[in-house]
Amino acid sequence: MKIDLNQLEEVAKDLYIRALKELPPDVKEGLAALSKSESNAAAKRILGTMITNIKVAEDTNNLLCQDTGIPIYNVWIGHGVQVDGVALKMAIRKGCERATREHPLRSSVVHPISRINQQTSCGEGVPVIHIDFSSESDTLVIEMIPKGSGSENNSWLRMAVPAEGINAIKTFVVDCALDAGGKTCPPTIVGVGVGGTADLCVHLAKIAATRALGTRCVDAEGAKLEQELTEAINMLGVGPQGLGGDSTAFAVHVEIAATHITMNPVAVNMQCHSARRARATFRPSGVEYGF
Amino acid sequence: MTHFDFATPISERDARMLHVEDTVTLNGTLFGIRDATQIHMFDHGRRTRFQLMGHAVIHTAPNVRKVTKSAAHPTGYEPVCVGTTTSDRMERFTHPLMQQYGVRLVIGKGGLRERSLTAFRELGGAYLAIIGGTAALETTWIESIEDVDLDDLNPESLWKFRVRNFGPLLVAMDSHGRSLYSDVSLSAKERRAAALSKLGVQ
Repeated sequence: MKIDLNQLEEVAKDLYIRALKELPPDVKEGLAALSKSESNAAAKRILGTMITNIKVAEDTNNLLCQDTGIPIYNVWIGHGVQVDGVALKMAIRKGCERATREHPLRSSVVHPISRINQQTSCGEGVPVIHIDFSSESDTLVIEMIPKGSGSENNSWLRMAVPAEGINAIKTFVVDCALDAGGKTCPPTIVGVGVGGTADLCVHLAKIAATRALGTRCVDAEGAKLEQELTEAINMLGVGPQGLGGDSTAFAVHVEIAATHITMNPVAVNMQCHSARRARATFRPSGVEYGF
Repeated sequence: MTHFDFATPISERDARMLHVEDTVTLNGTLFGIRDATQIHMFDHGRRTRFQLMGHAVIHTAPNVRKVTKSAAHPTGYEPVCVGTTTSDRMERFTHPLMQQYGVRLVIGKGGLRERSLTAFRELGGAYLAIIGGTAALETTWIESIEDVDLDDLNPESLWKFRVRNFGPLLVAMDSHGRSLYSDVSLSAKERRAAALSKLGVQ
């Protein structure tokens, strides 16, 4: 299967706009479930407003949140897909820039030192593009995540040591949730990276934070940790928007990687209640949009 | 819990009537400010031509569309999506905003800290919580962008919005020394030991 780069650019543009306007079904269901189980009346009202906002965004064809985020594109290239890697990255970048100009969207991206905003949502290293490979034949998948800054500003890494054990990981995640309070726009998906190198650990936390609700860590130890931490975080009473209540997190997600005998790293990255993502799958039969 | 309908600007007395857990709906003018706006105003010595005395400011940087100037869009900007950002980053600007410009109400999400609470108490003001991430809804409360200043900082310009039935907003920090965020944070810290115990951490 040969990828048409013009089509790829259009899809990269559409994905950014789609992600900003429609929440994935798992997130909508997650909000509905929390709204049902929440015991604090004020918190329940806040969750209700979040649900109303989803409807208003759909009815008015508007963005769910003003924060257009840092654009992230995750690409998986399957067997037998023919595409020039450099051209693919350029097409994604161009699509991202066109979404910003043509919709129009607020460009939330600036040079880190001069703070100059080029009004394109692009800059050095942004959009973030991750390219990986899959064993699925004749399939190219692009996932788009506009990562909001409220949650991204609350990211942590701790290079714990083996003598501190699993308790260091558990304590760290609880303390991060306390530190975040209402700043991350809870209820959140708390992404936890365990193991790897420092950079891999943080990347794992981001993968965990942006994974669909209802999915589990493929590693059995990681899955067990997810369940334990979800219960513990929701005992804190931080609640929606940090104003109190049971619904602090939709879930805690864990991703793991092997690590060094001397290392015990843990990272936390959070995703806000507007857990936006969109997906396009290229097949020989055409392009299919989803989440 | 009392509900207040305010037409901006408001007086110090109005601001001091507000207590935590009251609700407020605003009509009239609302100013949008952000990180860069305030960094330039308070660190780089820039002044705005707007009169902020008695007004409410919201922590925002909107999505806007450039259109032909008209009565409906006097600045040539049409609001696309106007929402609210995390206030905590702008903690140090609450006091100068109130002292130098006479701002009475700060609207944001996630809350502010102790220095802002002191400013509200000393100078007469309050923090009104909006529900973060509900910008599509918030946009329906914005009538127009009446004016804009410091627009070289776009989207972090100083925006002058005309709003209608903007709210209800929750009074989360008041001039009487109360902050819902401090209350929740304190209670959450008290529950830390129980959460860790549940995790088997002693």
